[in-house]
Amino acid sequence: MPSKDVKHQEHFVAPLEETPVAPIDRLDESQKARSTWADAWDSMRRRPMFWISSFLIVFILFVAFFPTVFTQVPPNLNCLLANSNGGPQSGHPFGFTRQGCDVYARIIHGTQASITVGLLATVLVTLIGGTIGALAGFYGGFLDSLVSRVGDIFFAIPTVLGAIVLMQVLPDRTPPTIALVLALFAWPQIARIMRGAVLSAKNQDYVMASVALGVSRFTILLRHVIPNSIAPVIVVATVSLGTFIVAEATLSFLGVGLPPSVMSWGNDINQARTSLRTNPEILLLPAAALSVAVLSFLMLGDVVRDALDPKARARR
Amino acid sequence: MSQPHTQTVSETINSSNEPLLQIRGLEVGFQTQRGIVPAVRGVDLTLYAGQTLAIVGESGSGKTTTAQSVIDLLPGTGKVTAGEILFQGRDLTKLSAKAMQDVRGRLIGYVPQDPMSNLNPVWNIGFQVEEAIKANNVAQGKEARVRTIRVLQEAGLSDAADRLKQYPHQFSGGMRQRVLIGIGLSSRPKLLIADEPTSALDVTVQRQILDHLATLTRDYGTSVLFITHDLGLAAERAEQLVVMYQGKVVESGPSREILANPQHPYTQRLVAAAPSLASRRIQSAKKSGAEDPHIFADGALDETLIARATEREHAAPRRDLISLRNVSKMYRIRKKGFKQDELLAVDDVSFGVQKGTTTALVGESGSGKSTVAKLLLQLESITSGSIEFDGQDVAGLAGAKLLQFRRRVQPVFQDPYGSLDPQYNVGNTIAEPLLAHRMGTARDRQERVRELLDQVSLPWSTRYRYPSELSGGQRQRIAIARALALKPDVLVLDEAVSALDVLVQGQILNLLTELQTELDLTYLFITHDLAVVRLVADNVCVMQKGRVIEAATTDEVFDNPRESYTQELLAAIPGGNFTFGR
Repeated sequence: MPSKDVKHQEHFVAPLEETPVAPIDRLDESQKARSTWADAWDSMRRRPMFWISSFLIVFILFVAFFPTVFTQVPPNLNCLLANSNGGPQSGHPFGFTRQGCDVYARIIHGTQASITVGLLATVLVTLIGGTIGALAGFYGGFLDSLVSRVGDIFFAIPTVLGAIVLMQVLPDRTPPTIALVLALFAWPQIARIMRGAVLSAKNQDYVMASVALGVSRFTILLRHVIPNSIAPVIVVATVSLGTFIVAEATLSFLGVGLPPSVMSWGNDINQARTSLRTNPEILLLPAAALSVAVLSFLMLGDVVRDALDPKARARR
Repeated sequence: MSQPHTQTVSETINSSNEPLLQIRGLEVGFQTQRGIVPAVRGVDLTLYAGQTLAIVGESGSGKTTTAQSVIDLLPGTGKVTAGEILFQGRDLTKLSAKAMQDVRGRLIGYVPQDPMSNLNPVWNIGFQVEEAIKANNVAQGKEARVRTIRVLQEAGLSDAADRLKQYPHQFSGGMRQRVLIGIGLSSRPKLLIADEPTSALDVTVQRQILDHLATLTRDYGTSVLFITHDLGLAAERAEQLVVMYQGKVVESGPSREILANPQHPYTQRLVAAAPSLASRRIQSAKKSGAEDPHIFADGALDETLIARATEREHAAPRRDLISLRNVSKMYRIRKKGFKQDELLAVDDVSFGVQKGTTTALVGESGSGKSTVAKLLLQLESITSGSIEFDGQDVAGLAGAKLLQFRRRVQPVFQDPYGSLDPQYNVGNTIAEPLLAHRMGTARDRQERVRELLDQVSLPWSTRYRYPSELSGGQRQRIAIARALALKPDVLVLDEAVSALDVLVQGQILNLLTELQTELDLTYLFITHDLAVVRLVADNVCVMQKGRVIEAATTDEVFDNPRESYTQELLAAIPGGNFTFGR
C-alpha cells in the first residue's frame, strides 16, 4: 500500500456480506418483557442467601402462629419447682428453667410475641414514615419544614430510650402497644428516606409529562412518584424488622416490655440471668433463637437491597 | 529520566513514510457474567504524522472504545483481545503499565468528551494544569508555573495569569474545554485523541473551539484522532474518515471522496441522514435553482423532508393558532441571607404559530427557549404578557378549562430516558392520558393504544415492554404516541430529537412530518440545531438571552439572515465548504 504520496490513503469499503446493515432502530421482539420488579426478582432468586433467609423466615412465621405443632407442653402451666434448672428429659429436650418450666416450650411460644412486635412495628413505621415523608417531599413548603423539624426532634431521641420512658407510664403492655411505641420513635428514619427519594423522583421528566397530560397532582404522587421511590424504603424496612425484634427483647429484658406472663425471648433471657453461672444454656438458647430470627431478616434485607439498588448490584 | 525510545521517535519522524499510528485487526471485548462481549471487532486504521483522522459512528459502534484502547484507558472490564496498535512502530498493546504511563500524556494527549466532569472541582485550574505539566516532565519547579500560564494562553484564555487561582465552576463549558485542550497539548504530544470534544457545547462555541484546536495542532504538527457522531463535522475537520458500525470499519478513506461517493450502504445512509449535510443540500439545491436530483444520495431518508422543505414557500399563510404577546418570565433566585436576585429568563417575547405548520424556536443553552415551552404548556406561570391559544388567553386557566387546554396542547421532552416512568409498561404509559381524561372504556382505550403504536410504527407487542428495554428512539416514539393519545392540535417538541443518533433522528423527523400531514398537527419545535430546523420548520424564531432577535420564515432566515448572531449560528452548521453533486 505505501505509495509515493505518503499521505494518500485508499478508499476502503468493507465487503457487505461481512458488515450487513440492520434496519434502523428495530424493536427486538425475541426478548421477554421485564419490569424493574421482575428484574429484581430475577437477581434475588439467583442468590443462595435469599433462599436460606426466606426459608428461615417462613419457618419462624410458621412457628410463631402454630406453636402447638412443635410442642404439646404448655409453657407456663405445670411448672414444677422439682424440675428447677433440670437437664434435658424425654419430651423436654432443652431442660427446665429455674422455675421448672420447659425451656423448649417457652422458646417456641415466645416466638409469637417477638415476631408480632417486629412485623407490626415495621408495618406501622413504613405506613407512618412513608406517608409523612412522601407528603412532605412531594408538596414541600411549610408542610415539609414542619415535618422535617418534628422528625429531627424524634430522631434525636434514641428509640429504645424513648420507649423505656414511655413504656413505664403505659398501663397496658401487649405486643401491639410495644410496636406502637417503637414505631412512634422510629418513623423519622423512614420518613427521611422516603422524602429524599420522592424529592428526586418528582423532578423527573415523566412527572412533568404527566402534569402536562392533565393528571392530577395527587394521582401523580400515588401512581408515579411513590412507586419510583418505594425501593429504598422497602430495603430499610426489611433490615429494621430485625432491629425491632431486638428492641422488644431489650425492653422485656429491662422489665419494661412485655409482662412476665407473656412468653417472649426477652423475658426468658431476663429470667435466666439469675442462673447464668450455673446453667448458661437457659439464657443462651432463647438468645440463639433471637439471633437466628434477627439474622434472617438482616440477610433478607441485604439481598433485597442488592436487587433493588442497581448501583450496589453493579459493584458485584 | 532516560528515555530509551527517544531514538525511535526521531527515526520515525525522519523516515516519514511510516505511519504515526497504525491499528491492525484490533479486537476489544468486555468481560461480563455471560462471557466476553465484543465491542470492537477487527479494526484497521492508519494515521500519518500531521494528519487528522475522524472516526464516525453511532453510539455503540465502538469508536470511543477504539480510541480508549490506544491509550490503554478502557473502562471496567474492557480488554484488547487481538490485534496490534503500532505507535511510532511500537506495539502499545504489549507495553507494560509503567511504559504506557510514559506514553500517555507525553506522546499521546487526550481531550475527553465532557468538560463539566473532567476537571476536579476541589482544585484550582492552575494546579490542575501544572500537575499535568509536571507529570509529563515538561517542566518542573518555577518554570512549570510559567509554562502553565503559557499553556492556558495558547489554549485561548487571554487573562490566564489572573485565572490560575480560579476553580472549574467559575469557568464556562467552552473555557473548561479550552483548559482540557491545553492540558492535552501541554507536552506537545505527537498524537492528540479528541473524543467528541465539543458535543456538550453550544454550536457557536463548538466552532470556535474546533477552529482553535485545528490551528494549534497545525502549528505543533500534532496528528489528531477525532471521534464524533456527526459526519458533517468529521468531514469538515478531518482529511481522513473511518466510518464504524457495530464494532467494524465499514468504510475508510479521504473525507471528500467518501462524502461525494459513499460506497457502503451504511455510509450512504449516514450521508443521506446527517442534518447538517441535508440542510446544506437544500441550500445548494435552491441556489442552483434546478431541480437537480443528483445532489441527493440514493434513497435519501430525508428526500420527503427536503421535498416538503422546498415546498413550504408556496404554502398560503394560515391563521395563528398560538400567539405570544410580550411574554416575560422572571425567576427569583435566593442569594445569601434574605436577598434575592432576579433573573429575566424570557424577555418580552412575541410570536405566532400558524395552524398546521412548524415553528422552530432556536437558541443556545440559557437562551430561554425551553422556558417559553413551559410557559406555553402552563407548567410555569408567566410574569407578564399574554399567551393566546385558539383565541383564548391561557394564563390562569383552571379546573375543567385547564384540562381541556391540556388535551389540545401536548409536550414531548428531550430526554427519552427520563420522560417515561420506568415502572410503567408501554401500554399503560400510552393509556395514561386517556385514563386521566376518563375517555372510553378499557376496551376503547386498548384499541386506541393499538392505533397509536401503529401510528408510530411500533409493533402491538411493544405494549408489554418497559422503557428500560427500549432504545432512545423507540422511547421517543412512545412519548410521541402518548402525546398523540388525546388527539391534540399542538405538539411542543422540546429538543425532542437532540439526544438521538443521526439515523434514528432522521427517522423520527420523518415520522413527525408524516404525522403532521396526516393529522394536521401544529408543532412548536425547540432546538439548538439549525440544521434540523432547515429540514422541518416553516418559521423560525431565533432566541438569544431571553429575547427573540429574529423571526421569519425558514427560507428567509437561511437565505438572508439579518442578525449577526443568526449568521454565526448558520456558519456553525458543519459542511459549509462542501460541494454536492457528482
